[in-house]
Amino acid sequence: MDDASNWMWALDGWILAAGILCAVASSLLGNFLVLRRMSMLGDAVSHAVLPGLAAAFLITGSRQSFPMFLGAAVVGVLTAMLTQWIRNFGKVDEGASMGVVFTTLFSLGLVMIVQAADTVDLDPGCVLYGAIEFTPLDTVVVFGWDVPRVIVTLSIVTLVNLLFVVVGYKELKLTSFDPALADTMGLRSAWVHYTLMTLVAITAVASFESVGNILVVAMMVVPAAAASLLTNRLPWLIFSSAVIGALSAILGHLSAIHVPRMFGYASTSTAGMMALMAGLLFLLVMILSPSNGLLINFARRQHLAFSILGDDVLAFIYRHEEKKIDWPRTEQTLTRQWLQKQLLSSPIAMSLILFWYRASGQLDRHGESYVLTETGREAAALLVRSHRLWEQYLVDQAGMASDRIHGQAERLEHFTDRSFRDKLERETEFPVSDPHGSPIPAEISAKKSSPPGEPSNGNFMS
Amino acid sequence: MTIIGNALNAITARGLVASIDYSEWTRVLLLEDYNTRLVVFATTLLGLSAGVIGSFTLLRKRALLGDALSHATLPGIGLAFLMAPTFGFEGKSLPVLLSGAAISGSVGMLAILVIRNLTKLKEDAALGIVLSVFFGGGLVLLGLAQQMPEGHAAGLESFIYGKTASIVAQDARWIFGAGTISLAVLVLLYKELKLLCFDDGFASSLGYPTVWLDFVLMAVVVLVTIVGLQAVGLVLMIALLVIPAASARFWTRSLYQMTMLAGSIGAISGMLGSMISGLAPRLPSGAMIVLTSAVFFLSSMLFGRQRGVVIQAIRRWTTRRRIDRRHVLRGIYELLETQTTRPEVSPVEATAGNWVGLNALQESRTWSNRRMLAEVNRLREQGLLRTRDHEAALTATGLLEARRLTREHRLWELYLITHADVAAERVDRDAERIEDCLEPVMIEELESLLEKAVAVGRVPISPHEIDMSTRLAEG
Repeated sequence: MDDASNWMWALDGWILAAGILCAVASSLLGNFLVLRRMSMLGDAVSHAVLPGLAAAFLITGSRQSFPMFLGAAVVGVLTAMLTQWIRNFGKVDEGASMGVVFTTLFSLGLVMIVQAADTVDLDPGCVLYGAIEFTPLDTVVVFGWDVPRVIVTLSIVTLVNLLFVVVGYKELKLTSFDPALADTMGLRSAWVHYTLMTLVAITAVASFESVGNILVVAMMVVPAAAASLLTNRLPWLIFSSAVIGALSAILGHLSAIHVPRMFGYASTSTAGMMALMAGLLFLLVMILSPSNGLLINFARRQHLAFSILGDDVLAFIYRHEEKKIDWPRTEQTLTRQWLQKQLLSSPIAMSLILFWYRASGQLDRHGESYVLTETGREAAALLVRSHRLWEQYLVDQAGMASDRIHGQAERLEHFTDRSFRDKLERETEFPVSDPHGSPIPAEISAKKSSPPGEPSNGNFMS
Repeated sequence: MTIIGNALNAITARGLVASIDYSEWTRVLLLEDYNTRLVVFATTLLGLSAGVIGSFTLLRKRALLGDALSHATLPGIGLAFLMAPTFGFEGKSLPVLLSGAAISGSVGMLAILVIRNLTKLKEDAALGIVLSVFFGGGLVLLGLAQQMPEGHAAGLESFIYGKTASIVAQDARWIFGAGTISLAVLVLLYKELKLLCFDDGFASSLGYPTVWLDFVLMAVVVLVTIVGLQAVGLVLMIALLVIPAASARFWTRSLYQMTMLAGSIGAISGMLGSMISGLAPRLPSGAMIVLTSAVFFLSSMLFGRQRGVVIQAIRRWTTRRRIDRRHVLRGIYELLETQTTRPEVSPVEATAGNWVGLNALQESRTWSNRRMLAEVNRLREQGLLRTRDHEAALTATGLLEARRLTREHRLWELYLITHADVAAERVDRDAERIEDCLEPVMIEELESLLEKAVAVGRVPISPHEIDMSTRLAEG
């Protein structure tokens, strides 16, 4: 691929097809591995099958594809069974038992290969890192067409995996989310488990014999993990993991050709690049996912913090004005700086909130000092009402000491709506003042001065 | 075993080489002696520190952390090799490559912490993602490194496969340094890390900075992994972090003993493995070390004192024996009760020597005839039973024992009904199991609890037959 600037379908098309098939086949199963917290199984199996390959090679004496495939699949299933066995007996976690099994099997394979190295060349690197770049070179004739052998194998594997997921959908779903329930319902979760393991082994072997093991290891975890951050529904999870897998194969192949060129190199490892692209997509999803992304989580937290601070500002000014009626001489101008200091907020947040309340007509500014407008006072009264009703309730019904209730009420007031307040009022038998003696403001609709149909009635949720 | 290994090593090496050529012998032996010594020293040290560290990561349920982190070092190695000439360093100098590995290993470690703590994904997914993506990136960079005009990149692969047989003195010094530092850190933070491993929720409620402790633990793993990786390769490094610790888990419950044991198993595996490899150069030393530790694992799994397969089987067998014994004695006693009119008035005279059909005994419970007969035979040998064809009778001692067991059983049943709010129809099944963990102290407690209901010395009637009035009277 010295002259890779012109895209050649005969070469690149097949490489891409192999990458996509491998990605889809792996991510179909990967969803269930991630759900079952066995994400490292792909890596374990891809190391553990070495003795299977070596044994097939030693027995048949050739590097024929089918015996090797069989040997690897057998050892792959053995890996899953041994892992399960050690986990049950030793009461160690999945990871540890996997670690024991695959390192041991790999070493065994290494010794076997070294013993065989006299007769024929069998390089572990070659066995483990089949190269996707050589995909188009080895072809077979299918219906009169020259199709790379890899494509044929991977298509079959993808179809089998798809069939497994579709036919066993209900069982897979139940055994992955709640194995105990599945057992009580008479589903044989052990069988589902071992079928899944067998398919993982077969997929891994089929893939890394042809496209390299790193690709299958990556595609069994990364797309499924990314998809699980996008959706909670299993059908969508399966679908989007397949799409993400295919997408990273395409992006990977393109950047393997084009990115190194920007730095003056020729193209680089395609499989590696596909894995890297899957990682990049995962990173994007992790940050930008609309349901679970870091960005949206951050925004949610900020919004919550902001609205709570807003509530606090209103309630604070309300209490201040209330106090001024009793002691008119305790004159304190409610400047921005002073509010900021009292409510322990940052200057930016406080400026934003004051600006927002003035724009929405809840606060007014007299010189440097902020005062509540009529609507602002109503909203603030409801908050203070919630707070004091809670205090009354905590002392009355929950039996807490009156000097320890403020913090609780301070938290709860933000999440208390009209119907809840009414309920609190009934429970505490219609109090007029809270345990500290402060009056409890009335509900707005009960007030004579309130215009009918006031929109801020009830439903005040932060 | 070490001594035997040494002796074998010496005999074979001398015997084999001497028979070929004498001048070759001195040259090879002197050289090889030094080399073997170096390799054995390095792998022993590495096994020791990896075993100790592995105990902590295993208990933290992060056994494959070493796997993920060692893969995560690859892009750093590639990048260090690519960038080094730009800054005027030798691309393949060990410190440069190691710092590259350390940096990307640390980035991988941070990525694991971020994914685990900030998303809903679990530990295993975080490890899998970091492993595969970083390794993919590493392959990309190595692909580029191979095209470097200055110096070829061959040999970078040794970071993946290791080159145990050709460890040089510098590698051994690195391993010694890293091992000492990480063991020192683990000793200093022993108490904190212990709490982190066994109950991280409790640790953070006590105010321990659990995120930082996790960070320290991972940093220690990174440190040992990178020096070990370039000396012995990836798979061996993972194996040394997992297998000795997992083996030690079969022997003990205490963390202190576990670290000691895992360290020793790691060290001995390293030593024996590299010696076997020195003995037969056709066997790659890395693989031999893993296989040696696997032998330790297998024998620990079979014979481990705490959780070994054999000890578990013995425990199960003795429990079953004890249960069977009780079932036979109580079964016979209950059959006698149905045969005689008032067994509790004067049980010894009324029932001693009365014969009970074994068929009836077998039908009273779901067990195989063979299992029951085996127990009946054992009881006969102990002098508790007499048998004639298909019938059995209690001897005087047997009757006392049967009476005691039945009494114990029924006391417990009553206790469950009156004090534990268990529905009467479910009691029998529960009682059969719990009866077997009932201790004499507990029985005394029960007796005092129930003395109102039960006349002392009298076997209480079975609660299944108690009518409401009796139960109310007890209350």
